[in-house]
Amino acid sequence: MAHILTYMTFIPLLGAALILCLPRAQHNLIKWTAAAATVPPLLMAVWLFVNFDRTQAGFQLIERAPWITLGSFKAEYFVAVDGISITMVLLTALLSFICIFASWGIDKAVKGYFALFLLLDTGMMGVFVALDFLLFFVFWEVMLLPMYFLIGIWGGPRREYAAIKFFLYTLVGSALMLLAILALYFYNEPHTLDMTQLIANNATYSRQFQLVVWIALFIGFAIKIPAFPFHTWLPDAHVEAPTAISVILAGVLLKMGTYGILRVNFAILPLATADLAYYFLAALGTWNIVYGALCAMAQKDLKKLVAYSSISHMGYVMLGMASFTQQGISGAVMQMFNHGTVTAMLFLLVGVIYDRAHHRQIEGFGGLATTMPVYTGVTALAFFAAMGLPGLSAFISEVLVLLGSWQSAKLLTAIAATAVILTAGYMLWTMQRMYFGKVNEKYATLPEINGRELFTLLPLGAIVIVLGVYPAPVLDLMTQSLHQLNQMVAPYL
Amino acid sequence: MSLDNVHSLPYLLPELILTLAILSVFVGDLVIAAKERIGEIALVGGALVLVAVWAVAGRADAGLFNRMVIHDRFASFFKVIFILATLAAVWMSLTSREARRSNQGEYYGILLSSALGMCFMASSANLLMAYLSLEFVSLTSYVLTGILKHSRRSGEAAVKYLIYGGVASGTMIYGMSWIFGLAGSMDYARINAALSQGGSNQLALFIALVLTLTGFGYKIAAVPFHMWAPDVYQGAPIPIAAFLSVGSKAAGFALLIRFFYPAISQLAPSGLWTALPGIEWPQLVLVLSMITMTLGNFAALSQQNLKRLLAYSSIAHAGYILMGFVVLSNDGLRAMMFYLIAYYLMNIGAFLVVMIVANSTGREDIEAYRGLAWRGGAMPAVAMAIFLFSLAGLPPLGGFIGKFYLFAAVIERQFYLLALVGVANSVVSLYYYARIVKAMFLDQPAGGEGTVVVGVHDGSLLWGLAGATVALGLYWSPVMSFVERSLHFFAG
Repeated sequence: MAHILTYMTFIPLLGAALILCLPRAQHNLIKWTAAAATVPPLLMAVWLFVNFDRTQAGFQLIERAPWITLGSFKAEYFVAVDGISITMVLLTALLSFICIFASWGIDKAVKGYFALFLLLDTGMMGVFVALDFLLFFVFWEVMLLPMYFLIGIWGGPRREYAAIKFFLYTLVGSALMLLAILALYFYNEPHTLDMTQLIANNATYSRQFQLVVWIALFIGFAIKIPAFPFHTWLPDAHVEAPTAISVILAGVLLKMGTYGILRVNFAILPLATADLAYYFLAALGTWNIVYGALCAMAQKDLKKLVAYSSISHMGYVMLGMASFTQQGISGAVMQMFNHGTVTAMLFLLVGVIYDRAHHRQIEGFGGLATTMPVYTGVTALAFFAAMGLPGLSAFISEVLVLLGSWQSAKLLTAIAATAVILTAGYMLWTMQRMYFGKVNEKYATLPEINGRELFTLLPLGAIVIVLGVYPAPVLDLMTQSLHQLNQMVAPYL
Repeated sequence: MSLDNVHSLPYLLPELILTLAILSVFVGDLVIAAKERIGEIALVGGALVLVAVWAVAGRADAGLFNRMVIHDRFASFFKVIFILATLAAVWMSLTSREARRSNQGEYYGILLSSALGMCFMASSANLLMAYLSLEFVSLTSYVLTGILKHSRRSGEAAVKYLIYGGVASGTMIYGMSWIFGLAGSMDYARINAALSQGGSNQLALFIALVLTLTGFGYKIAAVPFHMWAPDVYQGAPIPIAAFLSVGSKAAGFALLIRFFYPAISQLAPSGLWTALPGIEWPQLVLVLSMITMTLGNFAALSQQNLKRLLAYSSIAHAGYILMGFVVLSNDGLRAMMFYLIAYYLMNIGAFLVVMIVANSTGREDIEAYRGLAWRGGAMPAVAMAIFLFSLAGLPPLGGFIGKFYLFAAVIERQFYLLALVGVANSVVSLYYYARIVKAMFLDQPAGGEGTVVVGVHDGSLLWGLAGATVALGLYWSPVMSFVERSLHFFAG
């Protein structure tokens, strides 16, 4: 398994190439090929989960090979995992596999859809394993193109607007990121794009340089999270995207923002992180939590509600990161993983009802619990998880975040903790309006959730429950690396 | 090493073959009955020239014809681009509806003549030679633009081009006369020697440079000398528009670099250049670069005609390439040269798709692209998306690597404002490129657009360019080392 990360990254791309060679009309063949292309990465993810060395803080499974060498310029193919990226790699492999099945109902330009989906998969995986800055940037951008088409071609009525908005927002961020990468490249002597080398030199950067580069990178990542005020693309993109793409968007793409901040801003620019984290991460994160929850409460469209709840939940990640305590930062990364599974469930559930009723207006339903009991049961699980009910995974991570941040920012933590009530408010209120009460005759005959849909939901549900009771297996993965990361910033606090 | 006329001839093999090809085309026009064969003569001639460029590239640097024309690797590099642009234009012309309606002998003969002029533009090291070759290219370009006798737009474009060109080159030669007066020579090396001693009136020198810049700026379509571009690209036959947008622009840059670098700047061993004392051209060009890209991009936002849109995009690209010009480093020059290669691939490619669509539907407006991906094969739409995203500078495509090197050169010399303006412009440009992509993929055909068929002839070039654009974005070492080897000026 020496090249496991390479296989995980590029097997989907091979699948995409294979799909392009298949005849256009063979829908089932195309879908099964796509599914087959996501199975090996999933199996490798399981292997990775079992065999990952939890006692080691540094990078593992390192693969490096020269890519471009021109005089002093050197870009490498350099991939590896550590405790910060491992959970994201697992999540990506899992959600890619699930989303193929969530996309089974696609019937328009099937070949294009699955080929682009697999290309997206490669881009996402690449971002989480790349350690050469140019490679990282290429993967980061490679993901953009398929996403643009997947929203723009297979999306809802306002898909064109949503797709270009997503595209332009992200491109603004990545343009700034490119300048920051170049600035870091030239600041180091000898010039380097190797992230591990950039991290090793992190004590040599001047304060002013760090602050400027930090902010440029932060804007790039904040757009992806999305942090207020860069969040406005998200509700549009989510509402218009097809179900599986919403799942990927919320489950994986948003995490790239917070992952980038941990990997790049924290490790490479610790001084600026110590200076700016309170305002840009803790305060903005708290604002995200409250603002996202209030917006969610006001939504009439179920999918938009889930989208705003994502903004709110990503706020915990930011708050936790900025605490610089072991609990807070572990809670943040744990929350990234948990939000990935929980929000994936929520979007899949929205997709289930939308496929049947062809609308998502919360007020338009009622008494679904009577007509669709199984569906309602799974939804209840997902809603409770999103509310942070004890015994479910998100509870653990949110508590860790609040415990950690209490030690560094009491007022913000108090505000964030109060917002838990808001979350419970909009979740339960939605529950009540849609699932309980009088049965809406119009939807009395909706068919119950089917086997394929349950197949996509149950693994996620199981993870949510297991991690809610026993989070250690996942927490252990990250502990050492996050401890080391904290130690990098600690001297500057 | 300065050579006399007879000893210079072996170095001139490419130009001689090109001249022979031009004559063959004209003679062929008289004797061959099947006129469609004439394009093939031009194609074979062009291919032979490419071989000849390669054959003489290895020879040592030399000043030919008593240093009126020079042979160095920098010139050979640009000749490769010109000939490749010519070959692509000829290849496109073979199936272009517009080109086939014009007189074949004149069309191909003048096209090759224009390429000949460009070759001399890249290798002139004397103000007189620079002026003559630039005028030669301009004159042939006017004719090529106006070659569609049945089209009023084509005629109008040619006249506009002529008037702008006349004013620009008149201004330029006036500026050159000042330089001659100040330096006492028209030879670049002597100009450099004379001006580096200082003592010239700085105001006079500055005015002379600004006036000279007019002619160069006109050739690369930089603001404020860009006004001709949209009309000319729209009016000219599509293969000619493609040829001008790449070949003529590259020739302008070759002239610009050779004049502003070896002639009036000095190279330090560190690979950094310094402008001669008292000459403040970098600041001037810096401002021009920012204005050019911004104006080009913003004007492109509202265009409905694809050729006009690509014209404004090519103005914006002149602005990007100028970023490498103002930083006074060899890294900047390499970035420019690399960018020109990427620009060749993606811009010719984009014009090729415009031609394919125009051949099938007779239309060039964005409405003709509605649902292109769903009308018959997806091939032209997919290729067009590759070219457009590459023009926007997205990885993993060649245009991104080009921009990467440009921005790297700019950041290295700490021109942060220029870099910010550059990236902001990239974002703006994405909007109008994506508008075409949206029309092709996201919109459904409204009906009546007609199907677009791609024959083997166009398809082979299309996939070649698209494949090369992607390949350049993934692995560019060979191309960049070619550029590095080519950045070498004749020293004296």
